[in-house]
Amino acid sequence: MPADLLFEIGCEEIPAKMLARALVELPDLVGKRLDDRRLARGAVTVHGTPRRLAVIVAGLAERQPDIHEEVVGPPASAAFGPDGAPTKAGLGFAAKNGVDPAALQKKEVAGKKGLYAVATRNVVGEDTRTILPQLLADVAGAIAWPKSQRWGWGETRYVRPVQWLVALFGGEVVPVAWAGLHAGRATRGHRFLSPGQIQLAAPAGYVEALAAAKVLVDPAARAARVRDELARLERETGLRVRPDEALLAEVIHLGEYPVGVCGSFDPAYLEVPEEIIVTAMRTHQRYFAMETPGGVLANRFATMMATTVADPAVVRAGNERVLAARLADARFFVAEDRKASFDAWNARLDSVVFQAKLGDGARTIGHKVRRIARVVGELAAHVPGADPAVVAAAAASCKADLASKAVGEFPELQGVMGRHYARDFGLADAIARAIDEHWWPKGQGGALPSTDAGAILAIADRMDTAAGMFAVGLEPSGNADPFGIRRAAIGIWLILLDRGWSGLWPIALDRARAALADQGVASAAAADKLEKFFRDRLRGIFVDQGIPGPDADAVLAQDFRDPVDALARARAIGKVPPAAREVFKRTANILDDARTKHKLAIRDTVDPALFAADNTVEQRLFDGVTAARAREAAARAGRDYAAVFESLVQLQPTIAAFFDKGGVMVMDPDPALRDNRLALLHWFLAPYMAIADFRLLVSPS
Amino acid sequence: MHLQDLIFTLQRFWADHGCVVEQPVDVEVGAGTFHPATFLRVLGPEPWNAAFAQFCRRPSDGRYGENPNRAGAYYQFQVGLKPSPLHVQELYLDSLRAIGLDPGVHDIRFVEDDWESPTLGAWGLGWEVWCDGMEVTQYTYFQQAGGIDLMPVTCELTYGVERLAMYLQNVDSMYDLKWDKHVTYGQLRKPWEYEYATYHFEELRPELAFAAFDTYEGECRRLIARTAGGKPAPLVLPAYEFCMKASHAFNSLDARGAISVTERQRFIGRVRAMAKACAETYVAARARLGFPLLPPHLQAQAVAAYDAAAADGVNAGALAAARAVAPYAEEIAHAS
Repeated sequence: MPADLLFEIGCEEIPAKMLARALVELPDLVGKRLDDRRLARGAVTVHGTPRRLAVIVAGLAERQPDIHEEVVGPPASAAFGPDGAPTKAGLGFAAKNGVDPAALQKKEVAGKKGLYAVATRNVVGEDTRTILPQLLADVAGAIAWPKSQRWGWGETRYVRPVQWLVALFGGEVVPVAWAGLHAGRATRGHRFLSPGQIQLAAPAGYVEALAAAKVLVDPAARAARVRDELARLERETGLRVRPDEALLAEVIHLGEYPVGVCGSFDPAYLEVPEEIIVTAMRTHQRYFAMETPGGVLANRFATMMATTVADPAVVRAGNERVLAARLADARFFVAEDRKASFDAWNARLDSVVFQAKLGDGARTIGHKVRRIARVVGELAAHVPGADPAVVAAAAASCKADLASKAVGEFPELQGVMGRHYARDFGLADAIARAIDEHWWPKGQGGALPSTDAGAILAIADRMDTAAGMFAVGLEPSGNADPFGIRRAAIGIWLILLDRGWSGLWPIALDRARAALADQGVASAAAADKLEKFFRDRLRGIFVDQGIPGPDADAVLAQDFRDPVDALARARAIGKVPPAAREVFKRTANILDDARTKHKLAIRDTVDPALFAADNTVEQRLFDGVTAARAREAAARAGRDYAAVFESLVQLQPTIAAFFDKGGVMVMDPDPALRDNRLALLHWFLAPYMAIADFRLLVSPS
Repeated sequence: MHLQDLIFTLQRFWADHGCVVEQPVDVEVGAGTFHPATFLRVLGPEPWNAAFAQFCRRPSDGRYGENPNRAGAYYQFQVGLKPSPLHVQELYLDSLRAIGLDPGVHDIRFVEDDWESPTLGAWGLGWEVWCDGMEVTQYTYFQQAGGIDLMPVTCELTYGVERLAMYLQNVDSMYDLKWDKHVTYGQLRKPWEYEYATYHFEELRPELAFAAFDTYEGECRRLIARTAGGKPAPLVLPAYEFCMKASHAFNSLDARGAISVTERQRFIGRVRAMAKACAETYVAARARLGFPLLPPHLQAQAVAAYDAAAADGVNAGALAAARAVAPYAEEIAHAS
């Protein structure tokens, strides 16, 4: 009878982010191993809290299925000697399959000539109970923790010391031995609310037994409870909890039984920029900020305890005192910062290393700021409406706040504090905003710069990073991207697309390289790699936007440097149906072959006098293309690629007729006819090939 | 609970659980981890359980006695348990109960906080322990010290004495803490805070401290390299004392703003090199002494294992010695 399997690893508090990762990883770790061992099973469910990871496998078979199979070995002539006894090869084959050499047979095998040695394997399936102890120990050891440790005298590595193991197959304990422990049926409840052991009879009822012991072992149930508790605090205060999904995801894994508490702080602290209050609460204390229904930050916070306590007021008061100290520190930082100046901070940036490998003339953040400042002026000149004075002023101080005390304490507020301090120091609002926005987008899906100045700075900064890092061999490899160059490149493309800036990318790259060169950084050697890197990032963006990979490849192969145009071409090409793609691809291939295989030069001009007199396909194609050119002229000028392709699709029957039965032979023995036909095809196709490389447009199956 | 009673209670608690109650080291240190009773004792196969209060100097954190939470010097109460017992979290929670922090009343949580000391070449995994959102203890399973892999692993508990006392006495400034019935923390400590902040930020003569650093470093190296009769005869403990002093000189220069960003890494590397040399020399010295804190009947096999593996370096020797006696963990626990 199949039975359920439960495996629980109890340990000391797992860091929230690592727990989240392990919960994703665990089902496969278990499922694949069971499948590899041919154990039939139902679904794998994972549970986890800071103090435990658990998997439940529904309906796991009691044993492996038996194997009865015939294995085909070497030809009989090789496996048996003239005397009919197995040769060395025959004996080896028998041993490999665990059969008696005397039991080898000579047989005909379907699809092969002659006789072959055949072994009949009969393997009795192993009992699940004998497989599980090692399999589960392997699972426990295979969880990929980003950081792991040893403890006591032990050699085992795990995220934190392991405290207990539960392994039950149906009602039976699976004798797993791992990390110096032996599995049993005893789990533990909440550390404080239900100390002591809980004996589990079987995997069924695991979740309920722990719920009774104040452990919400299902992360979804804990998430629901956290949301409910936050909603309760909202009702009780008449305020709203500021949505913060990342914080929520962490808080869910900070306790086994979350209970909400609401606290407050001295409203006098609200004079501090609110981002710093919210960040202090979030990063140091994992508090949720609260706001009025109108969206104004309130002097309240919401937090989750990991337990229930006698009097929540005690816990509230404790948290309020901690926060008061944090906010006092934050106010101190801001007050100190306001006594400083951008000039003083900028001077300090000359001794802050950005990247040592760039060399003595280019290594500091001060150097980087000067490069950015040089580049943005030239970019602004290409953006009508951008105020060069604003761009220049913002560039000069875009990194100044990195030297401030507030950003030293809260690095994630870089730019935000720059914006506040720029206003404090009397700079124009447009400058302040550009300083902030030059860090945008912050992370995947983050908002893009809303002003031209911010966007120009953001592009110049990122291009400098990408070109500089590639120049000194620090490009990303594999999944590793310690300098965030992928993010930088993606950011540039997203900004260019968002603002519709067609021609800026080559200028930004060229000027960034020139600015690096002025500081002694040569980047020419890495230029090709860098361009390919940028092209690949743009392809990724297109695919993310739902454009099929071949369509993206086809348009980017022709030109990727103008992302706006490339995106328009990629979207339009989706309108070309598969049959049309095939025929245009065929045309392109014929031209390719003519050039490469037959070494023919293809003429630019078509001579209608050479068209076959007895066949109208050439004349029809010539007329069709002539008409298409006329009707596409406006669409081409306006980059309305959809209209161009609609026009092209109308030519499909004409070009198909050219190749089909009743058409003409392109590679005619008469060189004059042949060259003219190639010229006709080339004249037809070339303008469309400039939009997308049809050779890459595999029709979607 | 008065601040001194908090210390008494923790000392009593951990003495009852088998700890040697050590006394603070009489050299300037930035953290209890620098105390030889921690940094050196965590190395090698010998068991060791100790607890002590340590006065810690952090010149950069000086605030002239004006910040209620931050100061240029403060007290840590440190516990080191080697090997880390499996029930150490429970022991720790009992110690909180002993000083009056009841998990039924307070929200006690273990929040990820991995620890690393670049100057000591040391790191470990663990948590900061929160009581109602306030960090009251740093809790670390040491994995490496002086670049040497640690086996057995030491669990280090570092209680923030002032923070715990502020909590227990319900005061908002550390200077309002009652040290005993008569004297406040401020009466004892505030003049020190003011004078040392002034000294470190304004009066410290960098050329003097730089020269001192060089001298300490040279002395540390000399004592490590010392020979007698043509054989190595290092003086590990004095050498390590100069490593501690060099580290404090660096911290003072850092507070004075005399060390640039790039120089900073270089200085940290110099202290780390001293710490590493001391750690390696210490393990070798303990092996020569026969790892005397192991039960007598296990010492010879630990030394033999060390000697056999030490050709591959002290790290290999230390691990081999530990592995040789690990099967006898129970006997070691009884003996210690």
